[in-house]
Amino acid sequence: MAKLRRIKVSESGQVSVVTFVDSKIIDEAEIQEMGQELYDLVERDSRKKILLNFANVEFLSSAALGKLIGFDKRVKQHAAQLMLSNIRPEIYEVFAITKLTKLFQIKDDEADALAVL
Amino acid sequence: MSEKAWSWIDHTTFPSRRGAHEPFMRQVLAQLTALGWSNSDLFGIEMALEESLTNAIRHGNRLDESKQVVAECKAAPDRFWLRVEDQGPGFKPQHVPDCTADENLQCCGGRGLALIKAYMTRVDYNDCGNCVTMEKVRAAAEAP
Repeated sequence: MAKLRRIKVSESGQVSVVTFVDSKIIDEAEIQEMGQELYDLVERDSRKKILLNFANVEFLSSAALGKLIGFDKRVKQHAAQLMLSNIRPEIYEVFAITKLTKLFQIKDDEADALAVL
Repeated sequence: MSEKAWSWIDHTTFPSRRGAHEPFMRQVLAQLTALGWSNSDLFGIEMALEESLTNAIRHGNRLDESKQVVAECKAAPDRFWLRVEDQGPGFKPQHVPDCTADENLQCCGGRGLALIKAYMTRVDYNDCGNCVTMEKVRAAAEAP
């Protein structure tokens, strides 16, 4: 498996828990790289349950949101499940302003998310 | 607001290359921090800077490094003002689909504009749409 540079993945039961290496997700090349690493989880590794833990994320741009939306589409195409957790209030507001709180399933913390995935 | 009332004014020009806006952004945020703006306000201003400057580089000038982005910023303890102009053909903000409509949630585009609008007190575009001017007035309770 190629070395991951933008995300870290651990397994919790059947769930792949993803954390982000960068606290600011704004650099376009890094967003592309992050997207490919996420896509690989469902397209290459056939993972079916994915939790994105945002604890480390302090800032993200609309380009990063676009990549997460693209990932959500791939997840659905592969009949997998996606959940987000540990989103700090400033970042949650970004999801709320763009109404992405309607698109993504968001839980307060990892334990809450793992309980329903 | 007269020019004298501003604590800091800056004007810069940079080529349309990815990341070329970052030194200007860092400088603006450092000035606002020194002027006592809260972390919460700084988050919104950073978002507006990032989205407007990268829009000018990427969508306005289409990453053509021969084209310049002009940015002008004014800051005070209770007010932030920014103008960003590119050399592209411009666009009509009213023609950008509403990214928050249910049918557009999965579409690309429009989120940067929505975020700028949400975090700023006032946002205006010139007639041809290649220049955006925005202002944020700090809430009275938060001003020092």
